[in-house]
Amino acid sequence: MAGSRSFISKLREGDEIVRLITFLFAASVVLVTILLVYELWIGSALPRHKFGFHFFVTSVWDPIFDQFGALPFIYGTLVTAGVALFLAVPLGIGAAIFLAELAPATVSDTLEFFIDLLAAVPSVIYGLLGVFIVIPMMREYIQPALKKSLGFLPLFQGPAYGVGFLTAGIVLAIMVIPYIISVSREVLLSVPRDQREAALGLGSTRWESTWKVVVPFARTGIMGSIFLALARALGETMAVTMVVGNTPTISASLFAPGYSIAAVIANEFTEATGDLYLQSLIELGLVLFLLTFILNGLARLLIVATSQRGSGIQT
Amino acid sequence: MNARLRWRKFVSGFMLTMTGICAIVAVAVLFFILGYLVYHGGTSISWNFFTKLPAPVGESGGGMANAIVGSAKLLLLAALIGVPIGFLGAIYLAEFSGSSVAFVVRYAADLLNGVPSIVIGIFAYSLAVLPFKHFSTLAGGLALGVMMIPITLRSTEEFLRAVPRALREGAMALGASKSKTIATVIVPAAYRGILTAILLAFARVAGETAPLLFTAFGSRFWSPGWNQPTASLPVMIFTYAIAPYEDWHRQAWAAGLVLLGLILVINILARAILSRGIAVPRS
Amino acid sequence: MHASVRPAVSVNITPSTTGSASREATAPLPMRMSISKLNFFYGTKQALFDISLGIAVNKVTALIGPSGCGKSTLLRTLNRMHETVRSSRLQGEILLDGQDILTQDVTQLRRRVGMVFQRPNPFPKSIFDNVAYGLRINGTKLPMAEAVEKSLRHAALWDEVKDQLHKSAYDLSGGQQQRLCIARALAVEPEVLLLDEPCSALDPISTAKIEELLVSLKDLCTIAIVTHNMQQAARVSDFTAFLLTGQLIEFSPTPHLFTTPGDPRTEAYITGRFG
Repeated sequence: MAGSRSFISKLREGDEIVRLITFLFAASVVLVTILLVYELWIGSALPRHKFGFHFFVTSVWDPIFDQFGALPFIYGTLVTAGVALFLAVPLGIGAAIFLAELAPATVSDTLEFFIDLLAAVPSVIYGLLGVFIVIPMMREYIQPALKKSLGFLPLFQGPAYGVGFLTAGIVLAIMVIPYIISVSREVLLSVPRDQREAALGLGSTRWESTWKVVVPFARTGIMGSIFLALARALGETMAVTMVVGNTPTISASLFAPGYSIAAVIANEFTEATGDLYLQSLIELGLVLFLLTFILNGLARLLIVATSQRGSGIQT
Repeated sequence: MNARLRWRKFVSGFMLTMTGICAIVAVAVLFFILGYLVYHGGTSISWNFFTKLPAPVGESGGGMANAIVGSAKLLLLAALIGVPIGFLGAIYLAEFSGSSVAFVVRYAADLLNGVPSIVIGIFAYSLAVLPFKHFSTLAGGLALGVMMIPITLRSTEEFLRAVPRALREGAMALGASKSKTIATVIVPAAYRGILTAILLAFARVAGETAPLLFTAFGSRFWSPGWNQPTASLPVMIFTYAIAPYEDWHRQAWAAGLVLLGLILVINILARAILSRGIAVPRS
Repeated sequence: MHASVRPAVSVNITPSTTGSASREATAPLPMRMSISKLNFFYGTKQALFDISLGIAVNKVTALIGPSGCGKSTLLRTLNRMHETVRSSRLQGEILLDGQDILTQDVTQLRRRVGMVFQRPNPFPKSIFDNVAYGLRINGTKLPMAEAVEKSLRHAALWDEVKDQLHKSAYDLSGGQQQRLCIARALAVEPEVLLLDEPCSALDPISTAKIEELLVSLKDLCTIAIVTHNMQQAARVSDFTAFLLTGQLIEFSPTPHLFTTPGDPRTEAYITGRFG
């Protein structure tokens, strides 16, 4: 067989080998992903069968009596993420508007460079700053001030420990702002020029043309950036666990110490005694995975939708 | 100018100034972080920090030598897993695959990219800790490697795709086989972007803590070989920061400075490499 | 309408058969806008050289010329839209009803001088909200629904959209979208309407509809239109200005320019010797 093959088919065989090898590596990515979901699923079999749906509505987390409920962690995850978005979205969109609409190109690019660097700061460093800077600041200044001025709201009642939902929310806000800014800036920059010009041509002020025309045009992309930020906030582990108080309680007050899904997994995984305990933590991991999976998927759809619109859907 | 117009112009100026303030606040945070780290960490960095092992609890004078080495080992492992899969997988996507396979692979990669790092830790735990019943550097490296895969894959693919058609066709017209073209023309043309992708993936996983908590776990000693738990810089920072010892706090700051410094340098380096290259799309 | 309330200022810049300073001995037409010795730069590159012309009240003035001759640049100075480009610089005088527009408040100016762009660019809002946009920010004496209907009628679009005012503007065809943009511009009752190649992205039927529309809009406001389509200029305009590489070569009543052009370059252009 060997001798009669032509030069060309020998070449092609070289290609075939390369194709096969690279295919295997590419396929391994899919394999890893499937394996991950599989491991999460079977790794949480015990609590899924034992608690079923109740897992999501029970607020008791008691390893001693083998009672595991996810509610305090789901609550904490959502509350801290909510606080984070409440702070980060206006700031982030405001900054993105400045960078896209107002700043000259060089200023915009330079600031964007710094903001990208901010996105590269690891979670544990934010946690470090959270522990030594933010917590004392909350305890000494911010929480007492909030109590004095807005203490009639159940949100701001209770003792000011420094740790808690609010602190975690603030640290998370700082962490997700760069995502909102960089994605929103890009979608705003992709809004066609003549939208802005049409608004200005009708006698709008610069703010009016930005806020009433350009931003609405980019709104799906901006929503996408918010979903992206939310996905990050939900999955954040280190910074949260260093400042949230690590107590599985559900409380109306933002000053109360709490917990999040990622934080409890980080703290208790290595100390989980017994399969049910460990697998309950894994089930929490599965929940987190599903939440971020859905959010990321939605985010991508929204961001793609805006860029398509920008390229002109007019007939 | 009537009153209404005056008001509208005032609102315009005011709101636009507010957006400027938002931008300044956002950027100021970065400088705040750097400032604090330099201030607190700079004063605690010493020769001890780099060369000594952690001292017994409560005693001062220890360092983080084992954590530094540990992180290096973990990153090496991560690169051994993440770079080949990402790089070769990207070559398949860019050069060989049909669109449906490509879609599935990309979808899987994007999915993997969005998985919270702690969940990746659970995955690595199930695969590499549970069956062997002990923590290890290998398990930690696996977790970080899995995180590197999607980053290197997607970025490398984009840079490979960005190589102009003309280059490929020129090589093939001279009789080069596809694999030869890839090796001698396409990859060299995209090398800047690929290098950048790898560096950025590195920077991303270098700071990861959560997936190491129950894979590599941690240690106060040297960790010979690959089969034992090992200390790492991010986990040390975490452990020391939440402990009650002043000395440990100072070391945490120092470690934070070293870690962030490393990550920022890699990031800036990566961008510098990219900006000097041929025009390739940002991912 | 403002056109009847404000006195049109008669300025001695009338269209003439020669491109230079000598003027015809006819009585000057009232000019809504006048441009004197306009020089325009993008950074260091000069795009317009010493342009002087007038835009006559309630008439259609067309700007024609080959690609890159500066006609759009010139049009955009009339509502100071050039200021959206940072490097642009302007020397000379542009008057609206005798007042220098460069010293006026630009927001107010742009309400008085409206613009329709080359590609239809409705906002991502409903048909109603597109037309109402200008009214909402500037204020209107009429109830909103009436004002919107009035504009849509002026743009010859009302009958086609009256039952679907709350649908998205993007559901309309290209020609309809452009008429919507015209309605949007007309809603704020401008004294001058600038149109920058408004039909270049449209099919022939939509183009014909818009050309018809323009002729009828003359009574409402003064119109200046940039077009690369000479036949269009010949069909709709009363006065035509021919520009070449940033200079005003000839400016005369349309029939005159197209039948007996004064300058050989004008003749070369309109007979198609260059494009």
